[in-house]
Amino acid sequence: MSYAINALTKSLNVFHAACSPCNNCDIEILDAITPRHDVERFGIQLVGSIRHADVLLVTGAVNKKVVHRIKKLYEQAPKPVLVIAVGGCACSEIMFRDSYNTCGPLDKIIPVDLYIPGCPPKPEAMIAGVVKLIQAATKKAGG
Amino acid sequence: MTEILVSYFIFPGFLFAAAAGMIASWIDRKVTARVQWRQGPPLMQPFYEIRKLFIKETILPADGSPWLFVLAPFFYLASIVLVADILFLALMNPSLGFVGDLIVVFYLLALPAVASIMGAAASGSPFASIGASREIKLLLGYEVPLFAALLVPVIKSGSISLGDIIIYQQSYGALAGSFSGIIALIVGIMVVQAKMGLVPFDAAEAETEIAGGCQVEYSGPLLALWKLGKMIMLVVGPLFLVIMFWATGGWLILTLKYVALLTVAILIRNTNPRLRIDQAMRFFWGPMFIAALVAVIAAWMGY
Ligand code: SF4
Repeated sequence: MSYAINALTKSLNVFHAACSPCNNCDIEILDAITPRHDVERFGIQLVGSIRHADVLLVTGAVNKKVVHRIKKLYEQAPKPVLVIAVGGCACSEIMFRDSYNTCGPLDKIIPVDLYIPGCPPKPEAMIAGVVKLIQAATKKAGG
Repeated sequence: MTEILVSYFIFPGFLFAAAAGMIASWIDRKVTARVQWRQGPPLMQPFYEIRKLFIKETILPADGSPWLFVLAPFFYLASIVLVADILFLALMNPSLGFVGDLIVVFYLLALPAVASIMGAAASGSPFASIGASREIKLLLGYEVPLFAALLVPVIKSGSISLGDIIIYQQSYGALAGSFSGIIALIVGIMVVQAKMGLVPFDAAEAETEIAGGCQVEYSGPLLALWKLGKMIMLVVGPLFLVIMFWATGGWLILTLKYVALLTVAILIRNTNPRLRIDQAMRFFWGPMFIAALVAVIAAWMGY
């Protein structure tokens, strides 16, 4: 198992699902692949299809329109897959909590492996979060 | 028999070509990163990527044809490895080839595209079928100028065997040094760019537009086969051009020439936007075909 986790975390292909965010989190995610942060150094890449992905990265407060789609995306992803909730919206819905059309924070809908709070979180925070996720996954697998 | 198997599966076939392909893919990503002022991935990254895909789950399409879906990547990889094997053998020992291996390579180079079309059709996804239709059009587009461009070395050396073309160039100088040869080489670079599926001719996979095109439904080990095949294609494409137009010097010089042509392809890829499929076809049937015809006529007249 630890071999599998090691193989997985050396090359994380990320599929970015925007579930009704305000787009600010999405812009910060793009910042992480620009020259200053360049996460491709660690093998992290954005891919265009969920079938090619190892990480499902979700931003935004999931509302009634997208809740079925995010469930479907999670089912379509080839396992093992890690789910990352980026931004206060996805983690806890912040000020949209009691809104008429939101369907609860992301972890009520699909299992979440990593929460990165912030509105929006900095690229540094995202990289720190991914490092912690890799450490936790390796520890859990006993490696 | 064992000799053929060793040659196909180990050296210079599958294992060797795969290792070379991973290095080529690393060069591709590293140069791209440097062009964009980034650091780029470590040398082992392509290997990590392939290794990771083998621990992932493979999902078969519910409303497709599972048999064809599974077979297509094997077909793709097998044909591309065969081309790599023939090319490396011709380079190592030019007198060993068989008559007409150029024709065999020409047709084998069309098979990977056919395999992607098969895989896409079997996956039953609308994105994949758009990718497949674009792949067919691209194939129709670039085969014509490629065939004309390959006539130049054939006319010059008077032979349809790779070995004879290499021997001819080693005794009379590289074909790229002549007027017809350099035009044919430029046409060849464009065609190989399309064969490798790089920008500006990547309309068939177009990640941002049709989510990966032909391979959109593939995951896990089957996707690893596609990726490996694409990496080997990065070796085969420029190497084929080196053999046809620029085959002089020892193995070190030849390797440098290969890396130079690969870098040209990477730079073209990084400085151009994606062409629409009709623009790509017009480009191949128009300027490229005319240029190739000019090269053939010039070669006929001895330039
Ligand atoms: S967390 Fe903040 S920045 Fe991110 S999507 Fe929500 S409101 Fe926008």
